[in-house]
Amino acid sequence: MIKNFKKQNVWFVFTPYLWLVLFFFVPLALIFKISISVSEWGMPPYRDLFSLSENGFEINSTLGNYFFIFSDPFYIRSYLNSLSLAFTSTLLCLLIGYPIAFYVAKSKTSIRNILLIMLIIPFWSSFLLRVYAWKVLLQGSGIINSILIHIGLISEPISMLHNHYAVILGVVYTYLPFMILPLYGYLVKFDLNLIDASNDLGAKPLNTFVKVILPLSLPGIVAGSMLVFIPVVGEYIIPEMLGGSDKLYFGKIIWDEFFVNRDWPIASALAMSGIVILVFPIIIFQLMYAKYNFKNE
Amino acid sequence: MNKLFFKILTLTIGFSFLYFPILTLIAYSFNDNKRVMVWKGFSFRWYKELFHNEQILEAFYTSLKIASLSATFATVMGVMIGFSLTRISKIPARPFFIFLSSSPLVMPEIILGLSLLLFFISSNHIIGFPSSKGQLTVLISHITFSVAFVAVIIQSRLSSYDKNIEEAAQDLGTIPNMIFWKVTAPVILPAILSGWLLAFTLSLDDLVVASFTTGPGANTLPIVVFSKVRLGLSPEVNALSAIIMLIVILAAISIYLINRSNIKK
Repeated sequence: MIKNFKKQNVWFVFTPYLWLVLFFFVPLALIFKISISVSEWGMPPYRDLFSLSENGFEINSTLGNYFFIFSDPFYIRSYLNSLSLAFTSTLLCLLIGYPIAFYVAKSKTSIRNILLIMLIIPFWSSFLLRVYAWKVLLQGSGIINSILIHIGLISEPISMLHNHYAVILGVVYTYLPFMILPLYGYLVKFDLNLIDASNDLGAKPLNTFVKVILPLSLPGIVAGSMLVFIPVVGEYIIPEMLGGSDKLYFGKIIWDEFFVNRDWPIASALAMSGIVILVFPIIIFQLMYAKYNFKNE
Repeated sequence: MNKLFFKILTLTIGFSFLYFPILTLIAYSFNDNKRVMVWKGFSFRWYKELFHNEQILEAFYTSLKIASLSATFATVMGVMIGFSLTRISKIPARPFFIFLSSSPLVMPEIILGLSLLLFFISSNHIIGFPSSKGQLTVLISHITFSVAFVAVIIQSRLSSYDKNIEEAAQDLGTIPNMIFWKVTAPVILPAILSGWLLAFTLSLDDLVVASFTTGPGANTLPIVVFSKVRLGLSPEVNALSAIIMLIVILAAISIYLINRSNIKK
């Protein structure tokens, strides 16, 4: 730690501090305030929390928006759908990504560097355009339908877009590099002699994997899963582009409440509940995981 | 033999999955048909239309401008945060500062966008600033969520290198200001560069937060592309995808070659 730093360089700490309070914390507090406000027609479309009128000082606060959300299965289902989408796609990314990361990490250095670049290219290219690519592929007149008809599996184009399977496919495709790269980062540091040692000592391949490889790549699994799970929970673009009306997700519900229904208090209450239901578990998990790591070190 | 076969099979299927959609999109960008998936013949028609599309070109320019400004501001503040958290002991309400600088990482972008929009509207009501939504509000929002990402990169670099160098500089009488510029900054320069690049791509790629905070004259490229492909397909967007892929591939190859020549040296 540097002594005497504080006096001379207060701005070094306080510029970002102030910025984050102003543009991150205050807006969140504002959402909370609006979420307990009463909605009304006008601009802004909610009543002030405190007001002075003929009747004297009034507090117009309500938990009604929260009651409204949690009494309507429509909203509750959207939270559950988002959670299950995040779980399913994280698991699929892990199952598909792990063998890829493992074999890339085990390749010869010269090939490995080329494969690594090939993993980074989709990671860098535009997220929106990669989702759009699947919209093109899954069209009724799209290439996948054409192939299936050509090889005789189906006779008529089947509709593959606008359902939750298309959403899962889109999510797995766009987030796969986020899973593979951290996994690769841990597997590449991994000493391959450990596998040989385990084999020489008579362990079956499955045992070697479960008892040696898996524990050593656990930090990579956790990091990759976090990178997929966290953004997918609030995902808006993929359900909007590839999804249909069979399953609605939290991100799209907030968007519609705000932009379509113009109900700010409900949109804010949805966001606050979203933070509690979807974000807090992640933060708690991270804290517990950090503690667990600390103990083991 | 069996193992090798399995390895090649896995890698082939994996990389085909990653590349098949992108390559199909590029192939169909040369299709001379307004109906995207019905092949009519090879042409550069959509590239020509793309380069005459004022809306897309302007959005591209807006995106580049916002992304480079946002990345620069976010990097400066990200370095300040990373340095403060690892090197300065007395920070008022330190846990709160840690909370502020790390929770944008886990905040869904839809909530971030909503909260910033409501904030801008309220502050316009109360103090008249920002006077309207536009490039400035998008820029402020992008800086806000990028700062956390840069801070993480800087922090991990700073906590992994030897603090004794700084302490040695201090013992030799270097004034605290100079320690940062002469000792710390050069060591973390690669982290600063990768932080800037990450912030730049985050801003360039963002659709959700920008959609909430944008206003007249501030349509970024993702906003324009999204409005074109939300309900249908667009051959111009196919051409745009191909160009973006080409830029990314060239960048990746040049980085690969630079790395390789560095290793050889």
